Amino acid sequence: MKDLSRREVIVLGSTAAAAIMVSPTMAFAEAKPAKALLEKFTGGKSIATGKIKLEMPEIAENGNTVPLTFTVESPMTEKDYVKRVIIIAEGNPRAEVATFNFSHLSGVAKASSRMRLAKTQNVVAVAELSDGTFYMAKTEVKVTIGGCGG
Amino acid sequence: MISRREFMQAAAALTAIYGTTTPLGSLNAKQKITEDDLLGLKPYGNVTLAHLTDIHAQLMPVWFREPSINLGVGEAEGKPPHLTGADFLKRYNIEAGSADAYALQSTDFLKLAKQYGQMGGMDRIATVLKRIRSERPNNTLFLDGGDTWHGSYTALQTKGADMVEVMNALKPDAMTGHWEFTLGEERVQEIVDSLPFAFLGANIFNNEWEEPAFEAVKMFERGGAKIAVIGQAFPYTPIANPRWMVPNWSFGIREDEIKKQVASARDKGANLVVLLSHNGFDVDRKVASRVKGIDVILCGHTHDAMPEPLKVGNTLLVASGSNGKFISRLDLDVDKSGVKGFKFRLIPIFSDVITPDKDMTALVNKVRAPYEKELNRVVGQADGLLYRRGNFNGTVDDLICDALLEQRDAEIALSPGFRWGPSLLPGQKITVEDIHNVCAMTYPAAYRTNMTGQQLKDIFEDVADNLFNPDPYYQQGGDMVRVGGLGYTINPKKKIGERITNMTELKTNTPIDLKKEYVVAGWASVNKDTQGPPIWDVIEKYLATHTPVQVKANDGIKVIGM
Repeated sequence: MKDLSRREVIVLGSTAAAAIMVSPTMAFAEAKPAKALLEKFTGGKSIATGKIKLEMPEIAENGNTVPLTFTVESPMTEKDYVKRVIIIAEGNPRAEVATFNFSHLSGVAKASSRMRLAKTQNVVAVAELSDGTFYMAKTEVKVTIGGCGG
Repeated sequence: MISRREFMQAAAALTAIYGTTTPLGSLNAKQKITEDDLLGLKPYGNVTLAHLTDIHAQLMPVWFREPSINLGVGEAEGKPPHLTGADFLKRYNIEAGSADAYALQSTDFLKLAKQYGQMGGMDRIATVLKRIRSERPNNTLFLDGGDTWHGSYTALQTKGADMVEVMNALKPDAMTGHWEFTLGEERVQEIVDSLPFAFLGANIFNNEWEEPAFEAVKMFERGGAKIAVIGQAFPYTPIANPRWMVPNWSFGIREDEIKKQVASARDKGANLVVLLSHNGFDVDRKVASRVKGIDVILCGHTHDAMPEPLKVGNTLLVASGSNGKFISRLDLDVDKSGVKGFKFRLIPIFSDVITPDKDMTALVNKVRAPYEKELNRVVGQADGLLYRRGNFNGTVDDLICDALLEQRDAEIALSPGFRWGPSLLPGQKITVEDIHNVCAMTYPAAYRTNMTGQQLKDIFEDVADNLFNPDPYYQQGGDMVRVGGLGYTINPKKKIGERITNMTELKTNTPIDLKKEYVVAGWASVNKDTQGPPIWDVIEKYLATHTPVQVKANDGIKVIGM
């Protein structure tokens, strides 16, 4: 997998003066199977569904640059905010795509980026909330040969 | 929204129109049908939607055989529009051998074609629209679902200008698109900028900054009702058609965007929300089940023609066929609180029954005049019926595959599973126009290349998954890629990678070796700089020595599991 350049991790779409820190270095980390990655991220805690929404195309127009946007429902106050969101591409040679760090000063827990997908696979986004709970969204993105519609 | 009681009234009204008032289904001879039978509807309510879609640049009347195989998978299995033949007729209470049976189904096609004649023609369509508008002068919206500027010799030669001129004369209120985009970004933008009506695409975005590339929605006022029309272009245009032709535009279903547009339209006071869609029917069915607040979806892309709207929740789905065979007329009673009821008629455009509109005949003749000689040049003759529609093969594509195998000296031929392209009757002379009606396009190169058995399998699996994925949001429309020189067995209900088995080289009746390379010829590659002669030249050369052309249908394709 190609390393993420600055351009690729540019955070689009967030109008709030969000102090969003992106950790592209995470993408350089050693490839780990998706399950192990999740366990490390949650410390083995259970993950609920809901609260986080992951928007990606059902079928990628270009597997080399697939847009994604996630939004986590949260008041983003000092007492109740989103700490981190990890994006995992289950079928990529390196499953770990990026981790987005937030604080209550971020305003909203929302970010957009682009990623490379090697093949048809599930993409997973998991949010860690300030109360230590975890929420997950999962979507299948198809990477096709294409060419016969009509 | 529509209460149960109101829906029952609407359903009763529908039966009245479809079953008893003008019992088209029971008419069984051409001379018995009059223009009034087709067009004489008692207006209902305060809004009329007229929907025309997927005409594929067919200016003239055509023969068009509907599919005999149109399988649905997942939740769509056995449901409209995935019904054919007797099942379809039974579902809609249509008499076999009737005018409607001929228009909507393939059973006894040849016999009924002689009885009922050709369908379509823009001058007949003009007559229908004029009449609707004269009856409903301040109530009518005419909406074009797209695949309008593509599919004929003249549309190709004029880069869509012939269709733009003709459609402008019909004065649509809005349109959306799909094959339009194969004219390339620059040409599409040029035409769109010149249109006297809205080209809508809520799901088309500039792919650098994800900003809207087209107008998403247009508000109208008709019969005292505020109407929002949201446009939805074909979501998989840059995948099913060449990406390089629309490098800066991104599409997709973008369900959240539809939700946003519906909410915004309601905020602006819309009493009626219409999705003018090129999603394909099964995709629209899913959209209707997940996006609340759409009153009507005008469906296109998959070329289905349904004699009644299908209701999903409170949403009416209207499917209006293709190639100019039908116009849908949906009369709605709309007040401040929404839709109170409807009446519907899928109007079949019987070319011998509906009087051509003189002005439109003249305009069609004018746009065709510079090309008339070439259009009419005879290049061959049909022996049996040549048709395209069906999930797995059609004799038009069998002919194209035969031409590719011989002219490109290949072992295996591939022809894309397009759904456009009219039929030719046995004995009919084949003209340049006829050939172009089934293959005119902006990326026509007939390539010749080597592919391994595994590569062929991967292609078949990929296309089969685009057609038979149980989740409609992963379907791209179209039919299965057509093959020559090769047979296979397909189980549509399996998963990708498991649907295709028993791939066989037909000439030698030996199994396809996944590791071996085969010489493959095909056309319509989405890859840039594909080399080869245009497919119409390949077909013409083949016909020169094979006429009347004998076509043996590929009987090497077996469907199991359905």
